[in-house]
Amino acid sequence: MISVKNLFKSFGGHQVVNDVSFDIRPGDVVGFLGPNGAGKSTTMKMLTGFLAPSNGEITIDNLSINHCSLKIKQKIGYLPEGAPAYGEMTPYQFLLFIAKVRGLKGLAKAQRVKEVIDQVELHEVLNKPIDNLSKGFKRRVGLAQAIIHDPQILILDEPTDGLDPNQKHQVRQLIKNLSKDKIVIISTHILEEVSAVCNRVMIISKGKLLFDDTPEALNQRSKYYGAVTLQFSYPADASELAELEGVASMEEDLENRCVTVFPLPGAQILHSVTTHAQHCRLPVDSLFVEQGRLDQVFRDITQEVNV
Amino acid sequence: MSNVGILFKREFSSFFASPVAYVFIGIFLVLSAVFTFFVGGFYERGQADLLPFFNFHPWLYLFLVPAIAMRSWSEERKTGTIELLMTLPISISQAMIAKYLAAWAVLGLSLLLTFPLWLTVNYLGEPDNGIILAAYIGSWFMAGGFLAIGLCMSALTKNQVIAFILAVVVCFVFVVSGTNIVLDAFKSWAPIAVIDVIASFSFLSHFEAMAKGVIALADIVYFLLVTFIWLYAGMLLIEQKKAD
Repeated sequence: MISVKNLFKSFGGHQVVNDVSFDIRPGDVVGFLGPNGAGKSTTMKMLTGFLAPSNGEITIDNLSINHCSLKIKQKIGYLPEGAPAYGEMTPYQFLLFIAKVRGLKGLAKAQRVKEVIDQVELHEVLNKPIDNLSKGFKRRVGLAQAIIHDPQILILDEPTDGLDPNQKHQVRQLIKNLSKDKIVIISTHILEEVSAVCNRVMIISKGKLLFDDTPEALNQRSKYYGAVTLQFSYPADASELAELEGVASMEEDLENRCVTVFPLPGAQILHSVTTHAQHCRLPVDSLFVEQGRLDQVFRDITQEVNV
Repeated sequence: MSNVGILFKREFSSFFASPVAYVFIGIFLVLSAVFTFFVGGFYERGQADLLPFFNFHPWLYLFLVPAIAMRSWSEERKTGTIELLMTLPISISQAMIAKYLAAWAVLGLSLLLTFPLWLTVNYLGEPDNGIILAAYIGSWFMAGGFLAIGLCMSALTKNQVIAFILAVVVCFVFVVSGTNIVLDAFKSWAPIAVIDVIASFSFLSHFEAMAKGVIALADIVYFLLVTFIWLYAGMLLIEQKKAD
């Protein structure tokens, strides 16, 4: 369990992390969201013990990071931003080195190295210098070293950055398959990733924690949550949709011949909209219920602090 | 201490994974031969010893040791691997000691590979091999002193070139503080005690006796102390600047 209380960090008078507090329990898969320079990486670096907080307290399994940093480091697997690795080594040498530093020995070491190589599929590059690998492989080597000792706490700074869609899928699958009693913290720019793998979202902007809840709650913040969008095959008068029960408002996009109908809070409007469309013989090409537009919510939340 | 061993192995093999170690050893061997035979007048002296070889070591180390030390921390910070290293369950002191020992081992290996000189002098005459052994040991300890300065300077900056130049400058100060040019400048006005202190800081004055085969405890302690102080300073620097 990670407990963070009133965390501050400043670099040369510039406040990078500003009074952040949270608790993370085993089983939590936390997505750190935020614009560039919001303080995500800095917070992660403090959790891993790389940076010392300017103020505030971090305890991990009731151990203070100021006093027991070596013990805490044993519990954590960390993928730093950009997945740095010793370029002159091959992935095999590198993973063996990390395994040894992590205290794995003999058969267990060989076994774990083999397992992580299987998990992130490094077979074809095992004996090439890391310097010569593509961005995707480098990232996977970094991921492999982070999970090699099967840590209780896994902290990944932009794990899918630079990966192609297949590799992204693979990494997400890997995170999902980690056992359920672990703590996983990932930072990302990709909003869909959060709904795909996380069960908790934290949005940080300008060093402040602005949102801390489930991905569903984040979706619900969107004014598009539960809205129904219809696309017409030719321009049609759909203004009566706005008069239906439970409908709050309506937006028309003439260019794309789209109409979006927004519900009142808590109202289900799909049924009445479809019935109305059938009744009035509206030329509907497609119709779907919006799940909420995360990018809109993200902008709303992170730009609030600017105003 | 097993962590130091693991890190040592990685550092040591990384010297040989790139051309660094080979180039270093090659240049060291060529230059030491040039100095011994051409500048030092190995044959002309007509004496069966390796003094012309050892006398030039401080000047050789002055440029070569900073060259091998410059990448050790600078590169870690430049490539970001320091973040990886410092979040593994190892302490800064373990990392520093491992880096030091690895580079020191490369220096020791270079010294060992000068054995043809030792064979030559044994073929040509009957030198006192005890003296030669003592001088080798002294030279290795002095190289350790240079190395500690180089590591500290490497911890200071991300830029390897700057690390190299700073290390050469600091090493130069430590070498020349024992030469007559520097001491003469002080002789006219400074009290003897001050001059003695300045001279005692010099690598040259401590190495002189060792090159002649006299291993005094004071000289060994001096080089160990220099090594310790600079490595410790380097650790403090890394602690302060690792995230910059």
